[in-house]
Amino acid sequence: MYIYDDLDRKLLAERVSEFGDQVRRRLSGELTEDEFKSLRLMNGIYLQLHAYMLRVAIPYGTLSAEQMRGLAHVARRYDRGYGHFTTRQNIQFNWIKLEELPNAMADLARVGLHGMQTSGNCVRNITTDQWAGVAVDEIEDPRIWGEIVRQYTTLHPEFSFLPRKFKIAITAAKNDRAAIKVHDIGLRLYKNDAGETGFEVAAGGGLGRTPFIAKVIKPFLRKRDVLSYIEAILRVYNQYGRRDNIYKARIKILVHDLGAEAFAREVEQEWQSIKDGMLALEPAAIAAIAARFHYPRYETLIDNPIELTQARAADKSFERWFKNSTSRHKMPGYAIVTLSLKPRGEPPGDATADQMDAIADLAERYSVGEIRVGHEQNLVFPHVRQRDLPELWRALDAVNLATPNVGLVSDIIACPGLDYCSLANTRSIPVAQDLTKRLGGLEFAEKLGRLHINISGCINACGHHHVGHIGILGVEKNGEEFYQVTIGGRADEEAELGALIGPAVPESEIGDVVEDIVAAYLELRERPNELFIDTVKRVGIEPFKERTYATR
Amino acid sequence: MPLVKNGQITHDQFVFVSDESPISDSGPVVVSAARFLTDPESLLRRNANTGVLWPNNRKISELAPYLDRLGLVALVFPNFRDGRAYSQARLLRERYGYRGELRATGQILRDQFLFLLRAGFDTLDVLKEADVPAMADVLRRYSVFYQPTGDGRLTAAQARLSQHQTYSGIGR
Amino acid sequence: MTSPLQQKIKVIGPIVVTANRLGDGAVVYRTFNGGWSADITHAEVVNTAAAATKMLTEAIADDVSAVGAYIAPVMLSPEGAPLPGNLREHIRMNGPTVAVPTEIGI
Repeated sequence: MYIYDDLDRKLLAERVSEFGDQVRRRLSGELTEDEFKSLRLMNGIYLQLHAYMLRVAIPYGTLSAEQMRGLAHVARRYDRGYGHFTTRQNIQFNWIKLEELPNAMADLARVGLHGMQTSGNCVRNITTDQWAGVAVDEIEDPRIWGEIVRQYTTLHPEFSFLPRKFKIAITAAKNDRAAIKVHDIGLRLYKNDAGETGFEVAAGGGLGRTPFIAKVIKPFLRKRDVLSYIEAILRVYNQYGRRDNIYKARIKILVHDLGAEAFAREVEQEWQSIKDGMLALEPAAIAAIAARFHYPRYETLIDNPIELTQARAADKSFERWFKNSTSRHKMPGYAIVTLSLKPRGEPPGDATADQMDAIADLAERYSVGEIRVGHEQNLVFPHVRQRDLPELWRALDAVNLATPNVGLVSDIIACPGLDYCSLANTRSIPVAQDLTKRLGGLEFAEKLGRLHINISGCINACGHHHVGHIGILGVEKNGEEFYQVTIGGRADEEAELGALIGPAVPESEIGDVVEDIVAAYLELRERPNELFIDTVKRVGIEPFKERTYATR
Repeated sequence: MPLVKNGQITHDQFVFVSDESPISDSGPVVVSAARFLTDPESLLRRNANTGVLWPNNRKISELAPYLDRLGLVALVFPNFRDGRAYSQARLLRERYGYRGELRATGQILRDQFLFLLRAGFDTLDVLKEADVPAMADVLRRYSVFYQPTGDGRLTAAQARLSQHQTYSGIGR
Repeated sequence: MTSPLQQKIKVIGPIVVTANRLGDGAVVYRTFNGGWSADITHAEVVNTAAAATKMLTEAIADDVSAVGAYIAPVMLSPEGAPLPGNLREHIRMNGPTVAVPTEIGI
């Protein structure tokens, strides 16, 4: 992982001191709320229903054990003992006090964490594949580029007051686990026919009120040019993005209105003027960042050691977890382990301070002290020796982190909804809890196979409902909670938006509707291993509509 | 609204002349972009400095032919959340080589000072009097800068490279 | 940012003005004497657009005490005490409708 140097630490300290001063001026009345709001947002502070909320960035999803303990400390000391991992590799604390925030920020800075640019109309936390550096299908570690872009975009003097928020995601793998196609800029590292590694650049993706899949605007960009090209995009957007209507201010609207080709031409023209300027990345500059990434010294091990094969044969529960929650590692004898934050019947993505401390301890013992956060709101141990898996499983199970439901129907992505969020129209968490109770029996869930349910409590789509295999959107009608359902969405390399299959139903019926959709799938699928998403693609939405809504 | 340069309140020698008012041949004036572009040459031939107040939704490249003869370009922040003029400022300085006074006007608040200077502004029309004495502190607060602009501040990346060279030099 | 005062204020039934306290974000209600209270039963209840506008204007002007003031509907108990008038206000007063993780325990 990236280890901060003195300069990184100093900048963070300077930011904390600036923020402390801003809070002091706000509390004394020197700053009005109107003036303070965007300053607090740029430090990740929202005002929610019950209290302030602090969003802390986990850049490109990588955390050390020490940092996880830092999060546990903040949860315990300044909040109510828990936090919520989001779909963008952040964690949110829901009950923080403005008066105490400067201290909380200082405590976070001590472990190299912060809330910088996790909100506001600036470039947000750079996200990537939670398996970066260990995935078998990637060509190189995308986090180096995440860090290069993070530094470039942090406190950028030109781009801190953009028309709207701006999200960048990077992947270097064949399978996109970072949902880059629903980002303002999606960067895909790949090797071209000439054997050179560079970026495919897509722009204008995003969910929310007007969802779009990003369009490729540059099929191949050399690594040295990545910052100048991002600057060109941001400059075009800063000048021409709409500022008259908050709902039309994202870059996706600009790309759509101009057309992807015309937008690409604007960017290209701007880029030609700056590409050989001061943002051109020399190999030494890239190497200096790469050198700050520390990698574990892997042992020479073999796959399927006896400790693993014996445990698999002896214990059905372990075998189930092994099959569901571990993935192939690029090094023999190692595994990638996903820690489910989706125990059946509980709020998706939440972890208590005690769990965080336990995770930190286990990461030190079993994962070289490293933890990852994925956009599915689960955590990952990226470097686990296969022979340690049975032990690790027992330890995780003891703290309720070994639910073997990763990628299954009960691994629901959900925003906090009206239980916490001031923008929400309806609740999300109770719907998720109800669905996991209805559908989340392990045998049934395994029978269903991979099936992603995403729930958003309002049109802002923080639960990414458009790209859920089954997407649920809460809408309010005359003070009552209603839910709309889409099917067929996906966030991976074949990203697609789901299609609406019927009118919104009241809260009392949403569970039944989803159960009907699932029953329809079981009827319609060609063979047991045809995934839900593939069945929808093959038969279209009509058969689902008929079976679900005909009698309603 | 005090005009601040180099951290000090300074006298504004320019007078803004509205589009309807006549312009005398002497004394520094600022005119609107529309008026300036109607007849730039005769304005620039005056015996005194001419400045232009440039809106943030108009291409700054239109000014390029006149920049070496302009005494002032004033850019506008209708509110501090509208960041278009940061791009205009950097283009003026870094692409079109403008060397004259570059002024930030509108809702100019303390928490933007550093960004404004980094983008190339050298005079700030500061909205709140109380923000002026804080300027020195505000500008001293940061010593680390992650990205290069035309302001010449050393970036973290440059510092790392020179450090690296120094260390390797000592090592040998 | 559109201020709630720029929107047309319609009042059908009893309302209160609510906001979050500046220092800690706690939910507070505008009181009879122009202060704020965390207890909704201390809230001033009005029924007309004119009274609501006046109360909201004063509440917004007091943004060093409380933030994000807006008009919220209330129901009245048989004794005439205000109670949250919709789900959102119910949640703001009583907290999340779901058990929080620390209550569930691990």
